Amino acid sequence: MTNSPPNRANSDTAAIKPIIQIRNVTKRFGQLAAVDDVSLDIMPGEFFVLLGPSGCGKTTLLRMIAGFELPTEGQILIDGQDMTGVPPNQRPVNMVFQSYAVFPHMNVRDNVAYGLKIARTPKKDIRDRVNEALALVKLDGLGDRMPDQLSGGQRQRVALARSLVMRPKVLLLDEPLSALDAKLRAAMQFELADLQEKVGITFVTVTHDQDEALSMASRIAVVNKGLIAQMATPSDLYEYPANRFVADFVGSVNLFEGRLIVDEPERAVVECPALGRVYINHGVTGPHEGTVHVALRPEKISLYRQGEAPPAPDAPVGHNLADGVIKGMSYLGDITVFQILMPSGQVMRVSRPNLSRFDQEDFTWEDRVSMRWHSSSPVVLLA
Amino acid sequence: MMRRLRPAIAPLDYTRRWSMRLWVGLVMFFLYAPLVALMVFSFNDSRRNIVWRGFTTKYYDKVMHNDMLMEALGNSLTIAFFTTIISLVLGGLAAVMLWRFRFPWKAAVEGAMALPIVVPEICFGVAMLIFFAQIGWPTDMPWPFSLGAITIAHVTFCFPFVAMVVRSRLASFNREEEEAAKDLGASEWQAFRDVLLPHMKPGLIAGALLAFTMSLDDFVITFFTSGPNTITFPVKVYSMVRFSVTPEVNAASTLLIVLTVIMTSVALYFQNRMVQSGKGPA
Amino acid sequence: MTGAGGQSWRTQKRVFATIATGPILWLLLFFIIPLAVLWAYSFGRNVGLTEIEISGTFANYAKAIEPLYLQIFGKSIAVAGLTTFICLIVGFPVALAITFATPKWKPWLLLGIMLPFWTNLLIRTYALMAVLRTEGYANQSLGWLWQLSSNARVVLGLQPLDAFEPLHLLYNNFAVVLGLVYVHLPFMVLPLYAALDRLDRSLIEASLDLGAGHFRTLLTIVAPLAAPGIISGVVITFVPALGAYLTPDLLGGTDSQMIANVIERQFKRANDWPFGSALSFMLMYATFIMIAWQAQRERKLMRTGIGPDVGARA
Repeated sequence: MTNSPPNRANSDTAAIKPIIQIRNVTKRFGQLAAVDDVSLDIMPGEFFVLLGPSGCGKTTLLRMIAGFELPTEGQILIDGQDMTGVPPNQRPVNMVFQSYAVFPHMNVRDNVAYGLKIARTPKKDIRDRVNEALALVKLDGLGDRMPDQLSGGQRQRVALARSLVMRPKVLLLDEPLSALDAKLRAAMQFELADLQEKVGITFVTVTHDQDEALSMASRIAVVNKGLIAQMATPSDLYEYPANRFVADFVGSVNLFEGRLIVDEPERAVVECPALGRVYINHGVTGPHEGTVHVALRPEKISLYRQGEAPPAPDAPVGHNLADGVIKGMSYLGDITVFQILMPSGQVMRVSRPNLSRFDQEDFTWEDRVSMRWHSSSPVVLLA
Repeated sequence: MMRRLRPAIAPLDYTRRWSMRLWVGLVMFFLYAPLVALMVFSFNDSRRNIVWRGFTTKYYDKVMHNDMLMEALGNSLTIAFFTTIISLVLGGLAAVMLWRFRFPWKAAVEGAMALPIVVPEICFGVAMLIFFAQIGWPTDMPWPFSLGAITIAHVTFCFPFVAMVVRSRLASFNREEEEAAKDLGASEWQAFRDVLLPHMKPGLIAGALLAFTMSLDDFVITFFTSGPNTITFPVKVYSMVRFSVTPEVNAASTLLIVLTVIMTSVALYFQNRMVQSGKGPA
Repeated sequence: MTGAGGQSWRTQKRVFATIATGPILWLLLFFIIPLAVLWAYSFGRNVGLTEIEISGTFANYAKAIEPLYLQIFGKSIAVAGLTTFICLIVGFPVALAITFATPKWKPWLLLGIMLPFWTNLLIRTYALMAVLRTEGYANQSLGWLWQLSSNARVVLGLQPLDAFEPLHLLYNNFAVVLGLVYVHLPFMVLPLYAALDRLDRSLIEASLDLGAGHFRTLLTIVAPLAAPGIISGVVITFVPALGAYLTPDLLGGTDSQMIANVIERQFKRANDWPFGSALSFMLMYATFIMIAWQAQRERKLMRTGIGPDVGARA
């Protein structure tokens, strides 16, 4: 890996046993491998997110943990126990389904009590635990409603309470927020993270929405074509993507192909035909003179009128600097995104916060501009 | 790593459980064994019809030379043909009427249209018997007009089915297509002919085959409306069956089964096309 | 279905008239009027051999509720009910299997259920007769098995069994119920399948996930949610079974006549048309009660949220 930061989630868990161990799991549907020899460990108390585009195999992985799909090869261990041959109704995990799967013929209370009744919990305990769970998801007082009298968000809370009341070792959530509207989704992201902290249960969530993953997760596994592309904390994932797929999938990025011409412990230089020389303030241990890619996030680029860019304090002259013409502007309220056409013909995306009400008037179409970035900003991608 | 033995059946793979397969297998056996036996033994060279004595087609020969039976088959096919044509027109019109218009007493008309589907056959049969007796329907008309009474009865219980099938097809019609046609200058009739009718076509074909098969199959209602000169195939087979179980009946039945299978296959083919075009009835 | 019913007929009176006249007239002339005549006859009495007078008498209905006929009615209901129950028990696993079959198998299984449904009723009944009669395939196979086990006993040094007595499988109530099940099984399987297929699978998974076993899930989740399909399957099976004529006629004995056979006798042999008409209307009322019951149950289920569209949300 190029820029490997300390793995925070795992740093202090050497003594703790993982709650879920996935060992060389492969799932084939006919010839197609939906999950291809995946191994990963999930630690107790984590908010683990499987992030990937649709059809990448993340849901299949989740359903194999729940027991609804069986691995073609490999093993899944939950709390140290091999789950091979253990049916879903005997696994110490519970799932919140994408459609919520709230039983439409039972009221909220009966939905939440369903699992406890099957476990033959004493009546009094059932009542107490159901009330507790409903309070936890802020549904107190709605126990007698039927599901069709609830909003989408409330139905999801029922599904959450119904699973949490079982006190599972792991709660699995399949695209938990995809059916909610944007405002509610943002609110639920915080609430889910909050809830997870409160109950201390390990959450494993599947999503295709990077914002959702970044805001909720303690650790994220980016899944692509049945393989894990990268596993890291949200900030590491964003700041130190391991490959082009992750860089491109998580957040927005400008990618340039180039040749690695200097690679020393304290500095590296990549010569990009479309961008000029990019100076990086640390080594990348890549192939000498080999082809690499440079990733630059739009928000890490500063914009100046042409020729007015101050000299870089941390890079040699002529490095980390590019000129261009503004060809497109999208005013998004909090930021403005510029499309800047460079002499090489490639377009650079630059985003700029609208710090004052008049910032948007600084630059306009067809303005000639210079772009500059800090030598810690570019990420060199070897894959 | 050691390959582990695992039950290869996921929780919802009900169909892969051997108990389920056995059950489905037994049910299929129950449904098909008598029919297969009937067809196989129509080629059996023995009147006793129970022990295999060698292959023969002589009973088919006998069936072919049984004038009464052949006449009955001719009657059945004629009735089915006219029933199909009339049911198609009436059913198609009824479907368009119910699909397109709001009108007073619509719920009553809809209900009445569904009645022939639910009224017990025996009741409708005797009602037709009384009705034709009451109005003094002439029984001595020349062929094929002598089949009129049976055809009328058949159309009455067939066309509501056609209407049902066509209407479920119409439900998927995008009315803007018709509006677009009119917007481009088509008259009412032209819009119907060029846009609506092509959309209805798979439904009409499925409905036609349904009507044809139902008419060909009907025994009870025909039993009450047929006279001595207007015997249909099922009525004739019925009188043979009452008499005894013979290889001729097997052969005649096999012919009808084969005919039905062909009709059904064609009907299903069109229904599939309807579904595959993404808008078929659920 | 199309929304609240399209455009008003007033906007295009001539088009409406062209379209509506044919079907409505036909229905009126050849369905409503014959039924009305039948209804009128049920209040009539025989005067002379062919003459019938519509006198408004209730005598035919009074006769219809005499113990003899009431008993036949009761028996018809019992036979139809038993048939429906057996069809439900036999058909439910089949519908379940079709629902969860692989896409490759599903159309074939459906075809397998539908093909007999399209085959002539008379022929299917006849095929069953050939199986059940004294010299039929069933007795033949049983006799063969009997002989086999008898031989086995001889080999083991035991007494051989007595000669095989063919079972009387035909011309009794057993044959009638078997025949009705044989004929009506597809009527049950298809609506059950339609209901199960609409069911959101994650509801079943959720139940399993919460610890329920398969049987428990079936009883607490699948059956209540498939209720509309079960009810319509029950009605669709029960109604024609109740009015069945051919099956009891061909497979039944003298004591297994059902209501339709009695009706037929009034018209073909006994020549008591008014009484036959009254019986016909009794049968029709029974049918309508069943259908009304279904409609009412369905409305009720709709209200509790288990409409036919359960789980249709993606």
